Amino acid sequence: MKDKKKAEKIIFKTEKEVPLMPMSLGSMLYNKTGAWRNIRPVIDLGNCIQCGICWKYCPDVAIYIENEFPVVDLEYCKGCGICAEECPTKCIAMVEEEK
Amino acid sequence: MKKVIMGNHALSWGAQLGRAQVIAAYPITPQTQVVELLSEMCASKTLDAKFIKVESEHSAMAACIAASIAGARTFTATSAQGLALMHELLHWASGGRNPVVMGNINRAMAPGWSIWTDQNDSLSQRDTGWIQFYCSSNQEVMDTVVQAFRVSEELMIPSMVILDAFALSHTYEVVDIPDQDKVDGYLPPFKPPVRLTPSDPHAFGGLTSPEHYFELRYKLQKDMEKVPDLVEETGREYEKLFGRYLGQVEDYRCDDAEIIFVTSGTAGYTARVGVDQLRQDGIKAGNLRIKMFRPFPFAKVREILPRAAKVAVVDRNISYGHHGVFYQEVKSALYGRDHDRPPVFGYITGLGGRDIMPETFKEMARMTLAKDKPEEDITWMGVKR
Ligand code: SF4
Ligand code: SF4
Repeated sequence: MKDKKKAEKIIFKTEKEVPLMPMSLGSMLYNKTGAWRNIRPVIDLGNCIQCGICWKYCPDVAIYIENEFPVVDLEYCKGCGICAEECPTKCIAMVEEEK
Repeated sequence: MKKVIMGNHALSWGAQLGRAQVIAAYPITPQTQVVELLSEMCASKTLDAKFIKVESEHSAMAACIAASIAGARTFTATSAQGLALMHELLHWASGGRNPVVMGNINRAMAPGWSIWTDQNDSLSQRDTGWIQFYCSSNQEVMDTVVQAFRVSEELMIPSMVILDAFALSHTYEVVDIPDQDKVDGYLPPFKPPVRLTPSDPHAFGGLTSPEHYFELRYKLQKDMEKVPDLVEETGREYEKLFGRYLGQVEDYRCDDAEIIFVTSGTAGYTARVGVDQLRQDGIKAGNLRIKMFRPFPFAKVREILPRAAKVAVVDRNISYGHHGVFYQEVKSALYGRDHDRPPVFGYITGLGGRDIMPETFKEMARMTLAKDKPEEDITWMGVKR
């Protein structure tokens, strides 16, 4: 998986340090939206044709391509199911989260 | 080069001289000709800009914001209901510090459906964080678009250049169109401090916690406070190059005036005729036309108005349940200055395109001079009652 910055809250001490435009304030480094999920995508890599459609469609950019295969980043995947819907070989199953 | 052009085309010429790079707009009466001429300019390549056709004003502003974040100089124009539909995105542009420049033709808000002028459309956007310039001639419209790009981009705050429907938008006047290379000397290419680019990826406008939102707003206000000086400075520089000063206010015969009118837009032009006629009748009148409404030109207003014994504020707008908007603002600017504060009278006139004539000013002068203080909170000039 891609190198990620350490999940640390960015806190500027004075207004001068705050960027002029509201940008890259780092809120997603600690705001782990994966906690919102109640169903999760499970990919059957045996049937995956490596088309990258799931990677392209995921609205949360929670799918990475690793060694040419898709990997879901469960820290951010919200479980919307779009990847499963769009996968041409239907090799992504949405599975109930337990607990 | 001198040309006889309509106010709407003065906006288009301003955008061309300013070398706008992206234009996204949706047509609406009485703004249509702004967009028509701009699309022709783009098609004939006299203006090297990307013209984006959109399905609404909301999308027009969204496209301008995105292009601005990517580092393009952007221009659009709208009016009334179109401006209201943009409202959400106006906050995005100012809050995101995207220096979009927009023409707005003052048209009365429906219903009753109207295409004629008054200022309630743009004044309803008062608190969106946009700089607002109200113009009174086609020349001023064109010049102000060029200056607005300069001011907006230096401070990263968007600007609205505003003109009255028909009274200016469709009125033809002689406009001196300066040489492009001279304008290029005045207005350098847009170079934002950061921009959206694949080589330096950023998330713009993302979730901002209470830890930082407050500071973002503080910074916007602090930069807004720099606008008056910058308008003064760039207005003087424009004067040196092109012979026309572009200031925050226009002060006409205020020096020795016993009564000063406070006006804006084309009413500020008519006011000068009214002032001259009043002076022929022996009444020392003056006119302070507020060109820059946001940020409010506190220093100028506080410097000029106390010269007179009486002040009459002429509002082509109404803040329902309060007063005319310029009346509110002038009173607030003079608050706490008890030693040199003349009584301020508030007049509402010309809503929905009803004409404001030199006689209207004579009548307001007569009413203002006859009383020590206003009889009513606001006086409706010429309402049929
Ligand atoms: S379920 Fe939704 S959020 Fe999760 S990986 Fe698939 S598309 Fe992305
Ligand atoms: S869409 Fe389906 S087949 Fe294509 S890469 Fe993703 S999991 Fe594999």
